[in-house]
Amino acid sequence: MDAMTIGPRNRLIAALRADRGGQWFLAVLLATGVLAPLLNLAVPPSSALHLSSYTVTLIGKYMTYAMLAIAVDLIWGYCGILSLGHGAFFALGGYAIGMYLMREIGTRGVYGDPVLPDFMVFLNWKQLPWFWYGFNHFAFAALMVVVVPGLLALVFGFLAFRSRVSGVYLSIITQALTYALMLAFFRNDMGFGGNNGFTDFKDILGFNLQAPGTRMALFLVTVLALGGSYLLCRCIVASRAGRVIAAIRDAESRARFLGYRVESYKLWVFVFSAVLAGIAGALYVPQIGIINPSEFSPANSIEIVIWVAIGGRGTLYGAVVGALLVNYAKTYFTAALPSMWLYALGALFVLVPLFLPRGVVGAVTQLRSRMIGAGATS
Amino acid sequence: MIKAVMGRFSGRSHSAKPPRVGPMLAPNRIETGPDSSRGVILYLEDITVSFDGFRALNALTLYIEVGELRCIIGPNGAGKTTMMDVITGKTRPDTGSAWFGQTLDLLALTEPEIAQAGIGRKFQKPTVFEHHTVFENLELAMAGDKSVWKWLYARITPAELEHIEQVLETVRLTERRDERAGALSHGQKQWLEIGMLLIQEPQLLLVDEPVAGMTPQEVERTAELLASLAGRHSVIVVEHDMEFVRSIARQVTVLHEGSVLAQGSIDEVQSNARVREVYLGV
Repeated sequence: MDAMTIGPRNRLIAALRADRGGQWFLAVLLATGVLAPLLNLAVPPSSALHLSSYTVTLIGKYMTYAMLAIAVDLIWGYCGILSLGHGAFFALGGYAIGMYLMREIGTRGVYGDPVLPDFMVFLNWKQLPWFWYGFNHFAFAALMVVVVPGLLALVFGFLAFRSRVSGVYLSIITQALTYALMLAFFRNDMGFGGNNGFTDFKDILGFNLQAPGTRMALFLVTVLALGGSYLLCRCIVASRAGRVIAAIRDAESRARFLGYRVESYKLWVFVFSAVLAGIAGALYVPQIGIINPSEFSPANSIEIVIWVAIGGRGTLYGAVVGALLVNYAKTYFTAALPSMWLYALGALFVLVPLFLPRGVVGAVTQLRSRMIGAGATS
Repeated sequence: MIKAVMGRFSGRSHSAKPPRVGPMLAPNRIETGPDSSRGVILYLEDITVSFDGFRALNALTLYIEVGELRCIIGPNGAGKTTMMDVITGKTRPDTGSAWFGQTLDLLALTEPEIAQAGIGRKFQKPTVFEHHTVFENLELAMAGDKSVWKWLYARITPAELEHIEQVLETVRLTERRDERAGALSHGQKQWLEIGMLLIQEPQLLLVDEPVAGMTPQEVERTAELLASLAGRHSVIVVEHDMEFVRSIARQVTVLHEGSVLAQGSIDEVQSNARVREVYLGV
């Protein structure tokens, strides 16, 4: 029967069947999830095939970026809301898990205080601020990873969408949001470690963060989270609600006259996307080992949008491709030609919209269909 | 305070007063349609709308009966579109009242609530969802509960599927059901939009210039289609094409400078001296 008349689970299968790019992405992700542990843990370091822990962490970092890019593609590519503040939700998720990791350090800190993290002792604080309570429990911190970005997005989105702020105005206030948070988190009195943020983490759930096994476990959780986010987002965009979301992107007032509460749909997608970004941030911090206010910097949020634009928006897998390509290029350039990176990024920002308006995946699709067309005529 | 600031940034300027926005997380409030037991579906009384001192509508009073097909004509700037905006909740009047049936106060409802209550609108420029297929356009327009939560899981029921097929048949787009709406011809887009109106099962249809840019055959078919709708629905058509108006209208209302200038059959209206003066230019 028609793909639309069947249940959600079968519908996901139907949606994936039509999603060639997604099939490729999930296949590569699966291969990464199987090969990386083998090459990292089972192959001895002397072998040429050995995958170093450094590389594992690097790939893990890219994957959290890819998750963040998927979140931005959902809100921008499908709902037409250009959020230039998604880095804020990513950072908040990171801070939430960072607070747990700080409490886990316990007496192993420089000052050896069993309760207060080092920076509080340094600031001469006598007791833990109230908002740090509960973060000694992993479950509570994990809950906050979802709740804090989600709640911020809910309040912010409610006010913005209710007042029908849209387009470039919305982009500007999302920039202002992340900038304001950056300034706030830079302040020592905020109780989040000021400009140093959190670092020197020791362990997570009792496992040493430096141990290869822990690193690999975090890596595998990230693989699962990335795959899960992709499937969930694919499910959403293939649902009837997904078609409404795209309709809002294309003709907002028309959707309103059809009886859709555009504000509710936007708010829902915005909150969902913010929560995904928060989870990505929470996976990023234990792997990278540091979180500080620079994660809130407006430039970071703009960079995420560039990843999505370069990969090709409105496809989900394009966002993944963009995040990986740009970040690999960034890693390469900042090592090989440190002074060139910002120029390269700027050039990408200018050239991609000019020559690849539908991103890398759009160009590949076009090239393929042209080749198939040429094959058919010859 | 925050709302006031954001409102200024949103750059809207068309409505005299900002449109009401309903609670975002609550279910739709309008469950039942209008009570039209007195035979009147729409009451507009004493409606005045001004934009920066210009009176787009000036104490407009108008009643539409159940099942009626009413044509509204008038020179540019007569207030036709503003009237539609008031009925659909896009613009709030400064004074006056607007009731849908005897129980629904249109001025107290939001745009989606008015649509849910049973007022459908076709815009002057065909606005279909160009990236969606013809089928999906009709699916989007279908009547029903349109909340986010429901639609994340909802699937099309066989009855809904049949309804869509039926409307596709009515607007003669069955063969193009899986094509992107953006690929349709202008006339077909107009029809798709009429189909989208029909599938909402509204009691009152507002149709803005349905035959603009259509070929003569398409105009003829559109006239047939609209005439067949009257009776089951109440229809308000705004149109400039006098031939077309003559072919469908029983009652014609002439608007001028925001209020009703004349009303009656097309012949009565066309022979009215004032109408000839301001509109027909004779």
